[in-house]
Amino acid sequence: MIPERPDNSFCMAELARTSGEWLRGDGPESDIVISSRVRLARNVAGFAFVTRASADARFQIVQIVKSAIQHEIQNRPVHHVNLESLSALDGQMLMERQLISRELARGDGPRAVAISEGERHSVMINEEDHLRIQVLHSGFALDDCWMECDALDDQIEEAVPFAFHPQLGYLTACPTNVGTGIRVSVMVHLPALRLTREIQKVHQAAQKINLAVRGLYGEGSQAMGDFYQISNQVTLGKSEQQLITEVKEVVSNIIGWERRVRDLLVRDKRAELHDQVARAFGVLTSARSISSEETMHLLSSLRMGIQQGLIDNLDLATVNELFIHTQPAHLQTLHGEPLETAERNNVRANYLRKRLNSSSLG
Amino acid sequence: MKKCRRCTKPATLHVTEIREGEAAIVHLCDTCAKEYLEQRPDDTPPTIGSDLASKLDELIGAVHSPASCPNCGISFNEFRDSGRFGCSQDYPEFLAELLPLLENIHEGVEHKGKRPRSTVVGTQEQGQLIQLRNAQRNAIEQEDYETAARLRDEIVAIENAVREEKPKKTRKKKKPAAPE
Repeated sequence: MIPERPDNSFCMAELARTSGEWLRGDGPESDIVISSRVRLARNVAGFAFVTRASADARFQIVQIVKSAIQHEIQNRPVHHVNLESLSALDGQMLMERQLISRELARGDGPRAVAISEGERHSVMINEEDHLRIQVLHSGFALDDCWMECDALDDQIEEAVPFAFHPQLGYLTACPTNVGTGIRVSVMVHLPALRLTREIQKVHQAAQKINLAVRGLYGEGSQAMGDFYQISNQVTLGKSEQQLITEVKEVVSNIIGWERRVRDLLVRDKRAELHDQVARAFGVLTSARSISSEETMHLLSSLRMGIQQGLIDNLDLATVNELFIHTQPAHLQTLHGEPLETAERNNVRANYLRKRLNSSSLG
Repeated sequence: MKKCRRCTKPATLHVTEIREGEAAIVHLCDTCAKEYLEQRPDDTPPTIGSDLASKLDELIGAVHSPASCPNCGISFNEFRDSGRFGCSQDYPEFLAELLPLLENIHEGVEHKGKRPRSTVVGTQEQGQLIQLRNAQRNAIEQEDYETAARLRDEIVAIENAVREEKPKKTRKKKKPAAPE
């Protein structure tokens, strides 16, 4: 039976106050790896792809997928969010939390997202493809992501036949995703490599083996706060496991590289590094107005400062959370009303001062 | 994957240039290849390149323009402009034109990963369902409810047939037979 239209009972204000599990700052290699993600692109057989499907067909797809997911993903309760009736601000907030893409947030017509409690799983409905199934973990945990994503894919496929071609695999709206439909990505924090201008070599090394290096919010976004997403581009001709192994190998090398450069910086340029972290801390705990971009930049220094033992009483989870909570939509939701840019900068500065108050420089 | 030297699209044409005895390979996408091949001063005699450009035009015209997907109506040229297909039927429909592109952007043209557990709906049924849904929508728009109802029954019949074909949980191990 097809359930009724989603009603967004998922409370956005409540969501804004918390943070997803992937921001906990734990998991393997969490000093450098923020999160790991696996997503699968799927389309429902017998329906035109999203751009050519009528509003009626897209509505049916939302119902079919919702019905397949029901109320639980791997023993976690599921919230179904109807994007069509969601405000632009709430849509942006889900985007800032990495639960939906910019394309889904800003699209039109029947579209939705199913989110499991803890925000580990999300299924976007009617993005570029009918389904984008995603699993997000804190730290370097691609195998766990794949295991859960594979199982969630099976769960949905029990009820929904997917468009599949014996030679070409899962069929997607864009042929860059055809085959496995998989995108494996790891978000890494590389302040030392950026500081020493070695980041260019990371780009080159990744490109050589067809991996993409992107900013925090994926395609076309800037590498704000020294966050980079490393992901596969090839989806056809290699198995999911092969593609995951390739990304794992490259990311492992990058982790080692960043650590070596950090250690060298601490050994050879401790005073400069300490000064940079202290200045970042100073601005973040005393500014009266601060932009989102400057915040990201300074929080990046702070994050590295924690790792290198230059700051006391501040944990990774808090800094990770601040990266998200100081983004425009989160800030406005936490504040309880829409804010113009200048007001936002004031509110952001207040928020940062309040949150960082109890910390001190090491 | 080779990318076009002039833009970010995947390269589909690979030209070997000989300049002063030195060979250099230039990778270009269809659009840039056409521009590249047309580039020559007016006073120079027609070259193999310029002939190729007009041949390419003819070929693209001859191969792609008349063909459009019977289900979603998209042509291969429309796909190339937008980078998005209209339905799953486009893959078998434009397979010949698509394979060189897939070879360029992927590591082969054979899927090597996961396969759906259940019987895959045949591409024929998938296409039929898309066509029937389009016809049903048109019938509703024209307030021809009799036709719309007939089409709805046909859709349900195909959907049911598909469901009946689906074996259940094929990956799970069968329970051992109970001892008699």
